[in-house]
Amino acid sequence: MIKFLLKGLWRDKSRSRLPILIVSLGVMLTVWLHAYITGFMGDTIEMNARFSHGHVKVMTRAYAEDMNQLPNDLAITGADSLLAALKTSYPGMEWAPRIQFGGLVDAPDNMGETRAQGPALGLGIDLLSPGSREDERLNLSRSLVRGRMPDQAGEALLSDEFAVKLGVNPGDDVTLIGSTMNGSMAMYNFTIAGTLSFGASIMDRGTLVADLQDVRAALDMHDAAGEILGFSKSGFYEDGDSREMALTFNANPGNEGDEYAPLMKSLSQQGNMGQYVNITSTWSQYISLIFILAMSLVLWNAGLLGGLRRYGEIGIRLAMGEEKGHVYRSMLIESVFIGLAGSVLGTIFGLFLAYLIQKYGINISGMMQGASVMFPSSIRARITPVDFYIGFIPGLISTVLGTMLSGIGIYKRQTARLFKELEA
Amino acid sequence: METTNNIISIRGLYKRFPMGKDEFTALHDINLSFGTGEFAGLIGPSGSGKTTLLNIIGSLDVPTQGEAIVLGRSIGKLSPRESARLRKESLGFIFQSYNLLAVHTVYENVEFPLLLLNYTESERQKMVLDALEWVGLSPKIKSKPPQLSGGECQRVAIARAMVKKPRLVLADEPTANLDAANSHHILQTMEKLNRELKTTFIFATHDEKVISYLKRRIYLLDGRVDNEELTEAI
Ligand SMILES: Nc1ncnc2c1ncn2[C@@H]1O[C@H](COP(=O)(O)OP(=O)(O)O)[C@@H](O)[C@H]1O
Ligand SMILES: [Mg+2]
Repeated sequence: MIKFLLKGLWRDKSRSRLPILIVSLGVMLTVWLHAYITGFMGDTIEMNARFSHGHVKVMTRAYAEDMNQLPNDLAITGADSLLAALKTSYPGMEWAPRIQFGGLVDAPDNMGETRAQGPALGLGIDLLSPGSREDERLNLSRSLVRGRMPDQAGEALLSDEFAVKLGVNPGDDVTLIGSTMNGSMAMYNFTIAGTLSFGASIMDRGTLVADLQDVRAALDMHDAAGEILGFSKSGFYEDGDSREMALTFNANPGNEGDEYAPLMKSLSQQGNMGQYVNITSTWSQYISLIFILAMSLVLWNAGLLGGLRRYGEIGIRLAMGEEKGHVYRSMLIESVFIGLAGSVLGTIFGLFLAYLIQKYGINISGMMQGASVMFPSSIRARITPVDFYIGFIPGLISTVLGTMLSGIGIYKRQTARLFKELEA
Repeated sequence: METTNNIISIRGLYKRFPMGKDEFTALHDINLSFGTGEFAGLIGPSGSGKTTLLNIIGSLDVPTQGEAIVLGRSIGKLSPRESARLRKESLGFIFQSYNLLAVHTVYENVEFPLLLLNYTESERQKMVLDALEWVGLSPKIKSKPPQLSGGECQRVAIARAMVKKPRLVLADEPTANLDAANSHHILQTMEKLNRELKTTFIFATHDEKVISYLKRRIYLLDGRVDNEELTEAI
């Protein structure tokens, strides 16, 4: 009997291969989309972490109040000893002192007169000390368009778009005009070593990247850092861990009232990123949920149709004396089989697709031109353990539920009715 | 009409279907008996209640009122399991539209009722081959229904109904989709099986060709028995 049913299942394409195909497609999409959303949301967070927020960020209390203004007059002084202390206290983290600042970049002509000028967002990072991971973190070497990475003091990088606008080429000198820590005017000359394309328009519009020591010298900020960014060595932002770390760090007694005392904030505690992190996790859950529901409906319907279509066959089996319960159970077993086969196949294909996108990424820099939030220029999926079972919800459960529902018709209808529908 | 050797007796049977707020009475006060080995037919125009009565006899449906005793069991008082068992062990069905399982071979279609009865593989094989021989389809054993003509399909359906040698075969408009030559062929086949195996056949039909083979003709009109005639003593 089992053999008979399996034969039928296998030979009837519309009962086996087609539903398995539909189920596996749905499951594949579910798995892939979930990994994709996780990756995209995660990448966006990581990108903002690496460029500006860190997983956690240490600043002075006063700086933190006005973080968006980049108030370098309120920067951390004695940054090097604080950095050393952070390194010993948090061995699971990497720390990166930075100075973010605003200024004008001035490109002189042969005579030393201003030829072109433009506002720049400056970034002072540790470029030159051996073992610094800032290059990698900001993906600088790979973002080079022209020239090379700075290898000595006095050299800087410009975003390529900006350099083109100013008519500056690698090897040219530019002058940075800014303000010192005490508010007086600062002028400092850099040789442009190379130009960069970040793929995010807010960075490409006008960015100057220089070594921290040069920026300290330029802005008169000796042993100071606007902010010290912390990155977990795992490479992924964990909101709970970061908040916890900030909480214990800030609980240090004796700091109250000292507005220059250091304060730690998790990425989610900095400006809009908090909302983004929350939105990210809720939305990735919502989107996945909605998608799973939609897929469930589709597969449910497929299950229902599969069942309804077979009233004829069921009618004949009942007429020959097969019991209703037996027919019903055999339909359910078939649907479990189809749901399982489809879910396994779909999960494999979905994971494979997600893996490809995790490995190679999809370049979306073209789509994100002009976006004001910093989005990564390519999206990478991220496979998490959830992806190994999430597809089974629509794949198995709704297929079987769909069949269960349609099968109830077998019980509700008089056997004779099944034939009426058959003859029609 | 015999009364001693009855395998079916129907007494005061009514069948009503709900129709909106009202009811529609498809069968009115039917009183009929059938003896073993009959070759009888319910004859009447479309809508006269032939299928409804045949379905009740076949325990696919139940009477609203009155009783129908089939092989000693009162249809309508049987549990679903008991009525499935009655069909499985003692009844064979033949339909206008054959109702074969399209993805299964001729052999497998005929074998199916035997699977439900738990015959062994070698028993099944012998019975299926015999049944296919009765209907003259031995060469088509491996074909599937879509590859067969309508006449051949109906012969497979007859073999499927007959393979377990049921005591009663119910055939609802079995020739409606067949041409004259095929109709005569399957009717001769059924007549022969009726003679040799003593299987009781009850038809529902309005086809003159079928009527000409019947030994007992029961005319239905608007759900009532209108007239009855015997063409030879049973
Ligand atoms: N399940 C049902 N519900 C309502 N009316 C039905 C049902 N089955 C049959 N009928 C009605 O009962 C009458 C007899 O039908 P049927 O037995 O199929 O006639 P026949 O087979 O003689 O053409 C018809 O009027 C038909 O519409
Ligand atoms: Mg009819």
